[in-house]
Amino acid sequence: MSSHVLSLLVEDKPGLLTRVAGLFARRGFNIESLAVGHSEIPGLSRITILVDVEDVPLEQVTKQLNKLINVIKIVELDVAQSVQREHLLIKVKVDNTTRSQVLEAVNLFRARVVDVATDAVVIEVTGDSGKTQALLRVLEPFGIRELAQSGLLAIGRGSKSITERVFKN
Amino acid sequence: MTTETTPVPSAPASAEPEMLTGSGAIIRTLERLGVTDVFGIPGGAVIPLYDELMTQTKIRHILVRHEQGAGHAAEGYASATGRVGVAIATSGPGATNLVTAIADAYMDSVPLLAITGQVFSTSMGTDAFQEADIIGITMPITKHSFLARRAEEIPAAIASAYHIASTGRPGPVLVDITKDAQQNLAPFIWPPKLDLPGYRPIVKAHGKQVQAAAQLLRNARKPVLYVGGGVIRAHASAELLVLAEATGAPVVTTLMARGAFPDSHPQHLGMPGMHGTVPAVLALQESDLIISLGARFDDRVTGKISEFAPNAKIVHVDVDPAEISKIRLADVPIVGDAKDVIADLTLAWAEATQGAAPDAAVPDTAEWWTYLHGLKAEFPLGFTEPTDGLLAPQYVIQRIGELTGPEAVYAAGVGQHQMWAAQYIKYERPNSWLNSGGAGTMGYSIPAAMGAKVAEPDRVVWSIDGDGCFQMTNQELATCTINKIPIKVAIINNSSLGMVRQWQSLFYDGRHSFTDLNTGHGTAMVPDFVKMADAYGALGIRVTSKDQVDDAIKLALATNDRPVVIDFIVSPGAMVWPMVPQGVSNSFVQYAKDHAPTWGEE
Repeated sequence: MSSHVLSLLVEDKPGLLTRVAGLFARRGFNIESLAVGHSEIPGLSRITILVDVEDVPLEQVTKQLNKLINVIKIVELDVAQSVQREHLLIKVKVDNTTRSQVLEAVNLFRARVVDVATDAVVIEVTGDSGKTQALLRVLEPFGIRELAQSGLLAIGRGSKSITERVFKN
Repeated sequence: MTTETTPVPSAPASAEPEMLTGSGAIIRTLERLGVTDVFGIPGGAVIPLYDELMTQTKIRHILVRHEQGAGHAAEGYASATGRVGVAIATSGPGATNLVTAIADAYMDSVPLLAITGQVFSTSMGTDAFQEADIIGITMPITKHSFLARRAEEIPAAIASAYHIASTGRPGPVLVDITKDAQQNLAPFIWPPKLDLPGYRPIVKAHGKQVQAAAQLLRNARKPVLYVGGGVIRAHASAELLVLAEATGAPVVTTLMARGAFPDSHPQHLGMPGMHGTVPAVLALQESDLIISLGARFDDRVTGKISEFAPNAKIVHVDVDPAEISKIRLADVPIVGDAKDVIADLTLAWAEATQGAAPDAAVPDTAEWWTYLHGLKAEFPLGFTEPTDGLLAPQYVIQRIGELTGPEAVYAAGVGQHQMWAAQYIKYERPNSWLNSGGAGTMGYSIPAAMGAKVAEPDRVVWSIDGDGCFQMTNQELATCTINKIPIKVAIINNSSLGMVRQWQSLFYDGRHSFTDLNTGHGTAMVPDFVKMADAYGALGIRVTSKDQVDDAIKLALATNDRPVVIDFIVSPGAMVWPMVPQGVSNSFVQYAKDHAPTWGEE
């Protein structure tokens, strides 16, 4: 699979997400994950999209996105030049015999337990997808009852900012 | 496209802004933008707007009979002039009736401003009476859209929409305005601040790229200028003529670009594509350098894309970066407005050839031209007389063009008659040929012709329509009669959905499934188009034989106090040739049934 991380600076306008999601759907581009939130500038949001570009050239995806009037800037974030994180909440079945093994895995992965019940725990973990997938594999045998996962978040390394470059002109 | 239609607003005289209702602000904004004509029909959610329209005098409102008519009329208005066309509809079904015209404008890059009423902002989202999420519905087919929920937002929304519709790659923009926003008072502040940080169309191309293109052209042996509708939208015909004559390269004009380059010019090979001329199709196919100017490698032009022009390098000029390398990878991509880029390319060409001996200054295309002239001589456009004794549709259309001349505007519907009108009328100037190229919208012709006639009342405007198309939008003849818009309609009546019928004849063993419309020769003739014309207050004429053709056209040309409808009863057996069957290489162009041209060995 050929995936790329796109960071979009967009105007925070009604229907913006529909415009972006609709574009992906009708042009046949595949979204693997999507995360939306405010940026550091009031009125502007940042969308982080993990896009699978096996069938369509990435260039066509970014060009079409750029045509959306509310999209201000698109940057592809290279894995080596950026920090990329996922956020997971995992509800795992436990009993008296497995609880300690689960907690050990939590510690090994520098994850956290954020809720405890007699027969289950909720674990919170952040990391790149390599780490989160590895934790899931370890927890799998105990029984994952529920999983909630955020879209990938990413930001460029170093002091440069995408917004700064946009508003310099 | 140029911004010549954007007026410079005058500074307000007094410091205190005038208070206007939202409806008043809509009209004032349109006035300030230079809009003089709008097409629309009122309904519940735009009554406040219509109330104010009634009392003003600066904008002519044409009351249409169906919102689709308003949309296509605005398109025809825009396509005949390059100015923004404006259509107004009410909420719900009024707005959804505009959808086809908006989709059409999107496919053909027509600057269209669609203004729709919306239910009260307090009722939105409750499934209120005549509520439809028209912004959501039209999102895939608009360049952009705005929702105004407050009177204060109206001037900026409309001015922004107008700006977006008319600049860069033109297209339809929708402004949805709630009824309370139309009713409420707000200060009218002009000019409004256009806050569009994400909209920066590129006009001026990269100099290095243009030089690279000129170098390729210098070295090419089989160049072709592949001219698309973008050249017309960019008003770049004059620049194109200079480039073509400087370089001596052959020119093909796509369906959307008919008229961008004079048909009478010796370098013109005609229209390429599925029903293009043999020289135009094969010139592209066998070229070693295609310079695409405002064209988008549509499947109807390229045929099977993997086998299209296999030996050609591609210079792709487009104002929309997303069109470049979308279908065919460009060797030299050039993003910019066609008018600027073509002028720059001519300069770069002059520089690239400067200092060369006079004879060496042009690329060595002598052999190429010999071949192309041979194709032109061997495969001219032509048709055979139908064997059923009925009129040849091609003849009728050719005579309309010959008797009316190139100063007229010709608006076609979609189908066989559209192709014949593209082939057999000779276009000498841009904006004289209007049609629905990308969307292929049957019913485009009558309202588009009406819109063109409103925009250019001094020109003769012909609607070349089919009997199928005519039955989709002929209600606008009432609009034409009442508003004194004397268009001339030629119904090429073959009593069928002719293009589908042609495919059924060729590819479905002649199984004519549901394509007979019973409007023509030997049928019940329902409806009777002459009676219909009469009912609409138009002059109706029926033509059944060749000797009546010229007289009917002349009578139509002499009649300007009302619309004219000529019912030309033509042969259903006539087919559009040449043809490249769908899904095969353009090398398999057929001059006529089972008659493929021969071409040189590679």
